[in-house]
Amino acid sequence: MRTNVVWVPELVSYEELSSKPTRSQTQGDPMQYVITAENLTKTYGDVTAVDGISFSVPAGEAFGLLGPNGAGKSTTMKMIGGVSQRTSGSLSIMGLDPESHGPEVRAHLGVVPQQDNLDEELRVRDNLLVYGRYFGLPMSYLRPKADELLEFAQLTDKAKSKVDALSGGMKRRLTIARSLINEPRILLLDEPTTGLDPQARHILWDRLFRLKEQGVTLILTTHYMDEAEQLCDRLIVVDKGRIMAEGSPSSLIREYSTREVLELRFGSERNATIGAELEGIGERVETLPDRVLIYAHDGEAALEQVSARGLRPLTSLVRRSSLEDVFLRLTGRSLVD
Amino acid sequence: MTERSAPSVADAGGPARPAVLRAHSPAVSAARARRWGSFYYAEQVLRVMKGYGWTILMYGVGQPVAYLFAMGVGLATLVDTNSDAGFGGVSYLAFIAPALLISAAVMTAANEFTFPVMDGFKWRRVYYGPHASPLTPEQIASGHIMAVTLRFLLQSAIYFVVVALFGASPSGWGWVSILVATLAGLSFGLPLMAYAASIRDDKGQFAMVMRFIVTPLFLFSGTFFPLDSLPLAVRWIGWISPIWHGTELGRVFSYGYEEPPLLTVLHLVFLVGLAVAGWMLTTRQFVRRLGQ
Repeated sequence: MRTNVVWVPELVSYEELSSKPTRSQTQGDPMQYVITAENLTKTYGDVTAVDGISFSVPAGEAFGLLGPNGAGKSTTMKMIGGVSQRTSGSLSIMGLDPESHGPEVRAHLGVVPQQDNLDEELRVRDNLLVYGRYFGLPMSYLRPKADELLEFAQLTDKAKSKVDALSGGMKRRLTIARSLINEPRILLLDEPTTGLDPQARHILWDRLFRLKEQGVTLILTTHYMDEAEQLCDRLIVVDKGRIMAEGSPSSLIREYSTREVLELRFGSERNATIGAELEGIGERVETLPDRVLIYAHDGEAALEQVSARGLRPLTSLVRRSSLEDVFLRLTGRSLVD
Repeated sequence: MTERSAPSVADAGGPARPAVLRAHSPAVSAARARRWGSFYYAEQVLRVMKGYGWTILMYGVGQPVAYLFAMGVGLATLVDTNSDAGFGGVSYLAFIAPALLISAAVMTAANEFTFPVMDGFKWRRVYYGPHASPLTPEQIASGHIMAVTLRFLLQSAIYFVVVALFGASPSGWGWVSILVATLAGLSFGLPLMAYAASIRDDKGQFAMVMRFIVTPLFLFSGTFFPLDSLPLAVRWIGWISPIWHGTELGRVFSYGYEEPPLLTVLHLVFLVGLAVAGWMLTTRQFVRRLGQ
């Protein structure tokens, strides 16, 4: 169920957003948000993993945290999950502070961690039963519920298998099934499809989409841009513990990129020199070691201009801008280690 | 409160009408977990133990039978003919039976409180699943401890029955040594568990513990001969050993071994003190490590 707060990111630019980061204050009752973070900060010794981020998530939304490795996504997830205490700032999950109400907050959540931590010595179905017991759920509920979830996760055939024997995708689906045993209204997914093959990813996306349709609030971190575009209503791009941008995938693309991108290859030797000659075509030219990118509203028109200047690329490709373009622009292209 | 009424709703909606299968509210989950969380986690550990239940049973029966035969029957023929009441007037079999019972519990502790703890934090990260549920790190630690305590009790009870069948527990109070063995297992195991919870990288520390701590304690804790027959230079090993304190207590109960009452109290205080300190340190490590 969606609350009566209608969030229309398309109509709000990032500048407007950052000028009023606390929408809970400007739009009334904070209880309409299932999660509200204000200036959330976490430091480990001298390292600031999360550096004063603020966001709110209304019920039923699929909210993404995007960022390179070490951006502070997982740390933020752990704080939301009520397993890691913040250093400063405020955080409220279903109106509760996870620091003082850890068990109450965690009772509301389903959690899919980055690394599977299934009990490999137990059988598939027993993993669900045991997990349900942590919520004090009676066996009379858990037995039929476990069967229902195995069905949902397409693991009915594997109910009696040892967890050891499952493939990576099956383990991931079992972890998701496990996270649903208490019928949570909020599901936290930390890189849910990392390491899975395309088939397994698509099955998982389908399952997550169904949950979203049932009104479950999804909070997910990922560094797959296609995943974010598929699943997220709204997302924040995080880098070095700070929010770099916030909005729906389409509004972010509109704001931080152009409609189309023209990719040209002139050979590694010549890209840099020719890149300089292309300045002025489109809105922005980015020269990479292996290719030159021209960000333009109309990629074909840009390509004609390139030809008009007498330049003959080895290959050319016109494509729609993606979230990946936004991501790389905001978080840079250098490797984070 | 609400936690009383709500479960019945969930129970009623269970198998009879699966169409309305509903979990109870998060508030009920949290209230139940706050109250019973340790038991919920103990239940999980016991389920895992069930997987190697046969090993536990065979260890519980096989070990005492082998030791009692070899030492209490075999070696005893030599010892009993060459000592005049050196063992407090009882047979060698009766002398070593409590020691073997206590040592078995301590050795089990050395297994149950080391590798599974490493498994929980590092290898398969088993603790992190329940940690994301309403359970707290304290409850995960105490649940683990409770389940192992149950194993101590079961194993010691089997051991005691075998000892009794060998006729090696003349006193009517011999059964108390089941509890003494459990206590000794905890007093050795819980400080070890705290240590295991602090280990980040496995560099064979547990093998070292077995070799250089458990084995010397087993040999020099008045197990096979009275502690005071050892030179002072090694006698201290017994004084700091939960096996010695446990064994002496066990002897008091199983054949009325005579020692100053104050010493009996001291044994008990030592064992309880070590167990309590170990429990506190373990809890601290769990809270610190899981909360990171």
